[in-house]
Amino acid sequence: MTPLLSVRDLRVGFGQNPAANEVVKGVSFDLAAGETLAIVGESGSGKSVTALSVNRLVDFGGGRITNGSIILQRSDSSTLDVAKADEKVLRTIRGRDVGMIFQEPMTSLNPVHTVGAQIEEAFRLNRGLHGAEAERAALEVLERVRIPDAKSRLAYYPHQLSGGMRQRVMIAMALASSPRLLIADEPTTALDVTVQAQIMALLAELRAETGMSMIFITHDIGLVAGIADRIMVMQHGLAVEQNTTDAVLDNPQHDYTKHLLNAVPHFTSGKAVRADNERTATSEPIIKVDDLVVRFPVKKGLFKPKGAIHAVDGVSFDLMPGETLAIVGESGSGKSTTARAILGLVEKHRGAIAAKAGRSRRPIQMVFQDPFASLNPRLNVEALMAEPAIANGQKLDDTLRDRMRFLLDRVGLPADVLNRYPHQFSGGQRQRLCIARVLMLNPDVVVLDEAVSALDVSVQARVLDLLVDLQREFSLAYLFISHDMAVVERIAHRIAVMYAGQIVEIGEARAVLSDPQHSYTKRLISAVPAVERRRQHFAVDATQVPSLVRPAGYEPPPANWREAGQDHRVRIEETK
Amino acid sequence: MNYVVQRLLTFPLILLGVSILVFVSIRLVPGDAITAMLGTEAGLLTPDQRAALAAYFGIDQPIWSQYLRWLSGLFQGDLGISSIYGKPVLSIILERFPLTLQLALMSMLISLSVGIPLGVFAATRNERPSDLIVRMLAMLGQSTPSFVIGVLIIYVLSVFFGFVPAMGTFTPLTVDPLASVGQLIFPAITLGFAFAASVTRISRSAMLDVLSDDYIRTARSKGASQRSVVWRHALPNALIPVVTLSGVEFGYLLGGAVIVEQIFALPGLGRLVLDAITQRDYALVEGTVLFIAFNFLLVNLLVDLAYVALDPRIRIGGR
Repeated sequence: MTPLLSVRDLRVGFGQNPAANEVVKGVSFDLAAGETLAIVGESGSGKSVTALSVNRLVDFGGGRITNGSIILQRSDSSTLDVAKADEKVLRTIRGRDVGMIFQEPMTSLNPVHTVGAQIEEAFRLNRGLHGAEAERAALEVLERVRIPDAKSRLAYYPHQLSGGMRQRVMIAMALASSPRLLIADEPTTALDVTVQAQIMALLAELRAETGMSMIFITHDIGLVAGIADRIMVMQHGLAVEQNTTDAVLDNPQHDYTKHLLNAVPHFTSGKAVRADNERTATSEPIIKVDDLVVRFPVKKGLFKPKGAIHAVDGVSFDLMPGETLAIVGESGSGKSTTARAILGLVEKHRGAIAAKAGRSRRPIQMVFQDPFASLNPRLNVEALMAEPAIANGQKLDDTLRDRMRFLLDRVGLPADVLNRYPHQFSGGQRQRLCIARVLMLNPDVVVLDEAVSALDVSVQARVLDLLVDLQREFSLAYLFISHDMAVVERIAHRIAVMYAGQIVEIGEARAVLSDPQHSYTKRLISAVPAVERRRQHFAVDATQVPSLVRPAGYEPPPANWREAGQDHRVRIEETK
Repeated sequence: MNYVVQRLLTFPLILLGVSILVFVSIRLVPGDAITAMLGTEAGLLTPDQRAALAAYFGIDQPIWSQYLRWLSGLFQGDLGISSIYGKPVLSIILERFPLTLQLALMSMLISLSVGIPLGVFAATRNERPSDLIVRMLAMLGQSTPSFVIGVLIIYVLSVFFGFVPAMGTFTPLTVDPLASVGQLIFPAITLGFAFAASVTRISRSAMLDVLSDDYIRTARSKGASQRSVVWRHALPNALIPVVTLSGVEFGYLLGGAVIVEQIFALPGLGRLVLDAITQRDYALVEGTVLFIAFNFLLVNLLVDLAYVALDPRIRIGGR
């Protein structure tokens, strides 16, 4: 039987001279009908370009196919070489034979058209449906992607829906024409982990219902373990390994595959937690947060009463010297706001933040998520690193330069980078630079707000190792804000789980990860994709985060806690 | 919606501010109104006659009481009597305004219907020769002064076609639509030329931004044609800067186009203001400037409403 899709020696280049700027350097693979292929690789590996070549959307990004063939079997059983087809023909395969969903549900829907209009367009283009027929079809397909109250959602604009809902709309649109092949380009990367689990479960169910083939692109080999039949690992534009999922995961052949499987953080339910630094009863906390409350007022119109977003609602914890406390939670849980309140970057509504006098006048420093945006592109490294010291009243002199060189060396950057500018560094190097910068003032506490989230997985692993080394050397305490359980497992001594502005569970890392008590912690942990749990089946769960907008004067009921073990406390849930 | 309500509330306050500013500033200019009115004959007046005239026009009072009197008249629709024309200011303005409004509308229509398609076309041909030609034309259009274009048009029309556009009195649209449009078409082209160039440039750059957005790729992945991608998916998202620019331009045009009115000898608001200022017709200056400010504010309000219509994110707040 001929495969649905057969790619041979595909080469794709960019720019004026595509042959010289190749991003995909000779990739071949086959995809049978009903099969799911996962293309795994880090940024710049050519995985997205390979997938975008299948429906030739790569042309619109400035790419050119310089060599190879892409033979697609069409629904009428004819075959077509996509690599050589012209735009008119290509338009008939897009949507009809090949559907696609993208990484960013936030920006992938047109903001000026309703969700319904955008889905109906797909039906109009590919099935020739109009008016009431198209509307009925759009409603049906929205129900198929399990959007609650689908009928009223048709009139919604994209900005009125959450990220997970938007991605469902994207999937609905791609399904409109019952394509035989669905390309999913990192469809869950921008989503929270519990939402990611919902979307993955949905895709698996839809695949079973329709029998379509899928190409699933991801940087997270753990994520596709449960859904892929075959895995192709890409590095530097080449397919370094491809085989069945089990063969790749259990018996990897290529070094890079082994690296992805071993060096990269994978979640292991608390087995990989750090063993150093036991808490002793005598030590005194370096930061003590007590009943922290942060609220943002919302205006509801001219005459309506005002309310407030309860971003952080009664958070208390201790941070000991030399310890890492990880605050985990999903977007909107209040974890970043907590960090910002501790630094005084947002005003607290109530509560106490006591910091013990430290080694310097500024004992708390912060590293941010995006290493590209948090370094001023017009300043060189010397000026960037001098900034905190100068702001603190020091002078840019040889002592300061010596400290810069010392710290740059410690974070693994050569000392001669002082005259270079941020754009001359890679993402990982920039984050090292940010880390060196916060150490300039010899802080006691470093707040790391999603500090490794923007980095590629293997870079992420090395930066985590660096953070652990620096923590020991400078006896730093870390407040590590993250949504990524696998990363948290590698670095945290203690974990606080936040949900809807409150800590629901806090305690020693191993206890929280291996024996979660609160229903939300359990949900969060079971949603983390893991190679070793790949045969587990997940049901579609449509639980949504509650609204944090409360009427003026609202106070949450007092928290009741129970001890789940030594240094492991759980908030008692209200029973309905 | 809050935003629009806020704009509506500030509207009269700004007008009040403008009225004070105009009232005071024209009186700060050296020289007195009676000399300006009568010219050399003012020297023949006895001091008593002069005082009587000043009392008649009310300019012997302190400035604040003059202002209050004027303001109270304003609320009754009385903008005062023009000393040049000897008629109520409001009736003079309303006489001149139809021409200015029609000229503004026609030149907007011309420049938008030329500029937007050209800009969109150039954006889809990014960096290709046709794009470069459009960009060069736009640069030329923006940098050519309107009196050059106007004089050129008149020259070409009269020398090569022996056609002289009707000058002097204006035929309103209600009397003879064809003649009216015909009379204003060349002035409108003159005015619209430079603005069409601005519209071309801004719609080109806005379209270029939008065409690289993710939802454009989504539309293409659905199999949408280039035409549908450009006109249905991209253009509505690129219109906001065009609307902003058009609002400002339209507001200016409603204040009259002095140079073009002068070249084509048209009795519009622009020349009225000019005459009023040079002849120190206090009431007329105050009335026209206030009228122009009112129009400008009104247009800005309409622009805000247009944003609301164009972008559902402004129309319906987030969740």
